Amino acid sequence: MREITLDEIEALAVGAWVLGTGGGGSPYLGLLNMRRLYADGRRVSLMDPDELADDDMVAVVSNMGAPLVGQERLVDSANIARAVTLMEEYLGKPFRAIMSVEIGGNNGVQPFLAAAELDRPVVDADAMGRAYPEAQMTSFAVGDLKPWPLSLVDPRGIEGIVAKVPTWKWMERLSRKMCVEVGSIAATCKAPRTGAEVKRWGILRTTTQAIKLGQAIRLAQKEHRDPVQAILESEKGLLLFRGKVADIARRTTEGFLRGTAKLDGLDEWRGQGFELAFQNEWAVGWQDGVPRVMTPDLICVLDTVSGEAIGTETLRYGQRVTVVALPAPSVFLSPRGLDFVGPRAFGYDLDFRSVFAGAAA
Amino acid sequence: MRRRIGIDVGGTNTDAVLLEDDRVLHAIKTPTTADVLTGVRLALQDVARAMGPQGVQAVMIGTTHFVNAVVQRRDLAPVGALRIGMPASQSLPPFCDWPEDLAALVRGQVHMVEGGFDYDGRPIMPLDEAAVAAAARAMKAAGIACVAVSGIFSPLDPAMEDRAEAIIRDVMPDAAITLSHDLGRIGLLERENVGLLNACLAPLARHTVQAFEEALRQAGIAAPLYITQNDGTVIRAELAARFPVLSFASGPTNSMRGAAFLTGLKDALVVDVGGTTSDIGALKAGFPREANAIVQVGGVRTLFRMPDLLSIGLGGGSHVAQQDGRITIGPRSVGFRLPELARIFGGPQLTTSDIAVRAGLLALGDASRVGDVTPRFAQAVLAEAARMLEESVDRMKTDAAAVPLLAVGGGAFLVPDRLPGVSEVLRPAHAAVANAVGAAIAQVSGEADQVFQGMTRIEAMAEAERIARARAEEAGADGATLALVDIEDLPIAYLPGGAIRVRARVVGEIAASG
Repeated sequence: MREITLDEIEALAVGAWVLGTGGGGSPYLGLLNMRRLYADGRRVSLMDPDELADDDMVAVVSNMGAPLVGQERLVDSANIARAVTLMEEYLGKPFRAIMSVEIGGNNGVQPFLAAAELDRPVVDADAMGRAYPEAQMTSFAVGDLKPWPLSLVDPRGIEGIVAKVPTWKWMERLSRKMCVEVGSIAATCKAPRTGAEVKRWGILRTTTQAIKLGQAIRLAQKEHRDPVQAILESEKGLLLFRGKVADIARRTTEGFLRGTAKLDGLDEWRGQGFELAFQNEWAVGWQDGVPRVMTPDLICVLDTVSGEAIGTETLRYGQRVTVVALPAPSVFLSPRGLDFVGPRAFGYDLDFRSVFAGAAA
Repeated sequence: MRRRIGIDVGGTNTDAVLLEDDRVLHAIKTPTTADVLTGVRLALQDVARAMGPQGVQAVMIGTTHFVNAVVQRRDLAPVGALRIGMPASQSLPPFCDWPEDLAALVRGQVHMVEGGFDYDGRPIMPLDEAAVAAAARAMKAAGIACVAVSGIFSPLDPAMEDRAEAIIRDVMPDAAITLSHDLGRIGLLERENVGLLNACLAPLARHTVQAFEEALRQAGIAAPLYITQNDGTVIRAELAARFPVLSFASGPTNSMRGAAFLTGLKDALVVDVGGTTSDIGALKAGFPREANAIVQVGGVRTLFRMPDLLSIGLGGGSHVAQQDGRITIGPRSVGFRLPELARIFGGPQLTTSDIAVRAGLLALGDASRVGDVTPRFAQAVLAEAARMLEESVDRMKTDAAAVPLLAVGGGAFLVPDRLPGVSEVLRPAHAAVANAVGAAIAQVSGEADQVFQGMTRIEAMAEAERIARARAEEAGADGATLALVDIEDLPIAYLPGGAIRVRARVVGEIAASG
């Protein structure tokens, strides 16, 4: 266990936004909370998963809802902390540590907010290794771990518990309804995990991964080196395509932002086209009509010059972007993992083929 | 016949033009004075002499005065911030992401009260009117005269901000009160930041606009005064005195709009080549395309309506070097010290101006001082400049078809007559005062940016346009001339009921007189 510096949290915010693969919301508001908490003298320690005893209880937190609502209601460390203590009251026992359900986007920073308020360590792990739109798209669901209970908090003094559900899909449906009812934004503490479960089914050391990624990007920017190259080196990623956004179509269906983006190639891709489909996050990419990359491989669309990640909500016509792929956590590559987060889970009738399978050969 | 005076008060020069329909009758360039106003008065008096007895219908002034006050941390008033939204947003109070030196000057008091709206228009909490009144009394007791009110989702429903203003006005009848929904879009912190900046500039804006009006009187000009905004349109002076932040970035916008006017083109790219940088922007329906991103002003995050400009380090003073057979231009520049440092003036530094003189594109300084530069090298440097411009022009283009490029600014000689993807390169007359021309031709705009629910996409877009039109008329537009120039919709993730965010913008001519 070691204390995390504010500079590392700044880097975490940069790295988590890239791992958000187009979704997850900007970590900026969480970062502002951390700057305030650190200025107040609070400090957070990061705990390696191996330091957890098998029977330690771990809180799994996430800020749930629409990123656009978050831009108005903002992010408050007291809410996510209350979701954790509410769950402790319900369970009648304390949590040893706190972790994020998803490292990608705003939720990559959320456990630090609760940890700073409650003086607990953050576990260096998550359950997605990126951002995904739905509650059942986690390594814990792949591991068939218990999906209940869940606590949900709104600052008006609204506190809810989903005591029991038969499946992860039911948890998604019920918690989504509650979240919408309180304004499409809510602090949640998901089904608690034991230390043994985290070590077996968590995606381990993703907080460190996001910090290192953010540090690499920030260093490259500072030294005027190519930040895209820094991301590829830091994450052993693959450069897939460089181009200019030629079209972007978005629509809302079943409460999610879905759509497609078309890119016209530049440099060695001049004359070629790339098409991306998304459900909050980037899901599948086709090059000249042929499937090139698909979930669970991480698809990141980056500003070609700054290396900053670009979200599915903010991508716009004419931007110069670079598409890269980063390797998926192995838990999602099993047939059962692909049932939860493979292309068919997003409605694409494609057999998953990792873009890294060819590269390794 | 329409006659107007346009004035641009820049950091270096104050330019003024007298425009009759589409002709520039008179133009003058005078140095900007330390007090700003003397320069404006001199320019106005000069134009008034050229104007004759016919008079003009309107005077438009564009100025960087307000943004400079923020950047230079001067003439800023302490502000009382009132946020409506508790218990949401509690941990991130107003000023939470401001640079400390600026916050120390502007942060008078911070009050956060219950209220605000959810995305669907339901109140988060009822407005705590007693708390608003208590805050007003506290601000009054501290001698604060400028107040910024921000409410959660106020662009969706301004009712609580409006009610808070009435309550504050009861306690502080003379306060300058800024409401965030008048200025900003979705994004509480950024909208609130704009409101706080606006409030801290209120006394300076009032004083400056009064001085402009006084300068008009002294020059014997009776026409109404308008101030140009960031987006290339104008608002009436009394409105500008209330909303100085809307005039922050009018310089580049006026320059682009002026270039469009001087060439008669409405859809084109504009490159303004200065001493250090080239700014490339895109004109769509005669207006600059707006940036969609966070804009930092004086270190404060905002969501201003600013033109989408691409700046590259290529200008008339850019350093030229050769390393390992590769030519590099900029980003370093001799800037305003060109007459001292460039080779053609006997200085040590090879610049793009030296190259242009050697290549016969420019008559400046002493050409014999660059005789050692080979014609081949000069051509290679110009080719590199053309490559840099080509790449940036391509980046700013919105479709594959070739578009015209309007070249203005002192370094425009670096723009070649032919560029890939460009149908023609135009170099308008009076390009040196394009910014004042841009001010003179400004129109009035109105904008809406809101989340709509329970409506079809078509209905939501029609409602957004209706709101934008109402705002334009309030700002001084003739309703009959209003046209929709931009509309875009964005469905919102996770929100049920087909929630959709629509941005609409209309522009029109200034109403006859108000």
